[in-house]
Amino acid sequence: MTTDLKIAFLPLTDAAVLVAARERGFAEEEGIALELVRSTSWATLRDRLVYGQVHAAQMLAPLAVAVTLGLSQQPAALAAPYKLNVNGNMLVMTSDFAAALEPDVARRIADPLGTAHDFAAAIGLWRRKPVIGVVHRFSSHSLMLRYWLASAGVDPDKDVVLRVLPPSLTVEAMRAGEIDGFIAGEPWGSAAVEAGLAETVAIGERIWRRGVEKVLAFREPWLEENPDIVDRLLRALARAAAWCDDGGNHAMLAKLLAQPRYVDQPADLIARALSGQMVARAGEAAVANPDFMLFSREATPFPWRSQALWIYSQLVRWNMVEHDAATAAKAGAVFRPDVYRRALANSDVAMPGASMKLEGAVDLPLAVGSRRGELTLGPDRFFDGRVFDPERIEDYLAGFVPGR
Amino acid sequence: MRIVIIDDSGLRATVLEEGLREAGYDDIHIVPPRGAFVARLERMAPDVVLMDLGSPSRDTLEEMLTVSRALARPIAMFVDQSDEAMIGAAIDAGVSAYVVDGLRKERVKPVLELAVRRFNAFAKIQGELDEARTALSDRKIVDRAKSILMNQRSLSEQDAYALLRSAAMNQGKKIVEVSQALITASDLLGGGGL
Repeated sequence: MTTDLKIAFLPLTDAAVLVAARERGFAEEEGIALELVRSTSWATLRDRLVYGQVHAAQMLAPLAVAVTLGLSQQPAALAAPYKLNVNGNMLVMTSDFAAALEPDVARRIADPLGTAHDFAAAIGLWRRKPVIGVVHRFSSHSLMLRYWLASAGVDPDKDVVLRVLPPSLTVEAMRAGEIDGFIAGEPWGSAAVEAGLAETVAIGERIWRRGVEKVLAFREPWLEENPDIVDRLLRALARAAAWCDDGGNHAMLAKLLAQPRYVDQPADLIARALSGQMVARAGEAAVANPDFMLFSREATPFPWRSQALWIYSQLVRWNMVEHDAATAAKAGAVFRPDVYRRALANSDVAMPGASMKLEGAVDLPLAVGSRRGELTLGPDRFFDGRVFDPERIEDYLAGFVPGR
Repeated sequence: MRIVIIDDSGLRATVLEEGLREAGYDDIHIVPPRGAFVARLERMAPDVVLMDLGSPSRDTLEEMLTVSRALARPIAMFVDQSDEAMIGAAIDAGVSAYVVDGLRKERVKPVLELAVRRFNAFAKIQGELDEARTALSDRKIVDRAKSILMNQRSLSEQDAYALLRSAAMNQGKKIVEVSQALITASDLLGGGGL
């Protein structure tokens, strides 16, 4: 018996696992006829999920937390048992603005702390507040940008203007002079670089080396009522993700994503993020960032509760929600490692033994306890060296400059 | 009640505006979601904002609704969150509606229902236009296939068409599909079509 499933997505390179699951037959093998519903804004993707027009959605991890906490329109309990990727964002600024930064782009990207301080100085030279596009208030990009700016003493709510606009409109807005830069998921940063409008200033992977990005989100009641379907879908996605991580498949994957019904951008632009060959300034050689976007290895899809709590800590930090223990628990419970374990129990996917970990504590690849197979966690440091202990959120928050 | 319609498509906005005016609403403004549209919207202080669900600018609008001080009263999507049938109909039709807090739902519901009807009517017109356009290009394809046959097999137009039709019937395909296959084959063989 075939199950029809509708999943909403946005035209982004990190829709890759969903597209591969459909186009390469992984969903079909599990008896799932996958219909991917393209959406143009996060608001519409959210409404489609919350009001039951789709079964699941490729969602910004912070948005899944925000909807559950009632911070983004109609409150609804969402559940994320699977991460579709980690990393994959890029901050680009107009060439005029970037002229005040380290001119060697490879060095600029490799040193986010130095670049953040150069950026702070550049704001002074710019004579007005730079306008930076972010894709959503509750996006990983926005949280990372805020974290990065604040590290150099820049107040993201006062010293810059953050303007929300959807990824597909970023390049046009830059061309029209409405924004001086933006942080977005690929391929939109690369599209602005390729058009000669902008240069790369920072990449997400260098801000938080294993930054949580998109999750697969369900309405929680539906997830609880349909364990069999959820498990089959997760198994299909795990196989699709392994396929997506394999370098030998990147050219084909880029072609699949380039189709008008998915990302609708040139395959060679899309391929950059997949292979980690990032062109930071038009016409220059690519800078290698092999961990630019991960789908499968290092148990990437595993929804660590500590990562949901890190997101929560940032929402508190930026006064988007009031901190109390009950709210924190609710936020942490959006990530569902229990469902992930159940679905992939009999597969060959490496399974972490714990559901929480210190975030930002791994410097070098680290072999860890796993219920099955070899599991090596990649370096997950924040660029400023802070470590997030999910059991001590208050201490973590107190470590930032007071009020911030 | 001040109603602002945010829409890229001039035609759809006009279709909606007309309907609202016929129903007796007269304080209606159309704002295209470009440039500083959020600032314009703030100055207008609307009671209801109607927007195409498919518009990529919804995130921009919602951010404004979250942080704006100019709009004194909070705005939520849909006035009555419990009316699932209404919400379902609105989403199906591609309408998103933002309504200021405190506006009575009896006052908003007719506006929403009207917007849903008009959006549906517009989608139907659009669908018919697309169909007409497809029919037109289908005819061009068949015409081109006919002229290939007329040139290469020295057939009359009528015979060329009869040949295409019988081929289509034999293969259980549409005439336009058979024609397209013929054109492709002819191109590949260097016939260059015409």
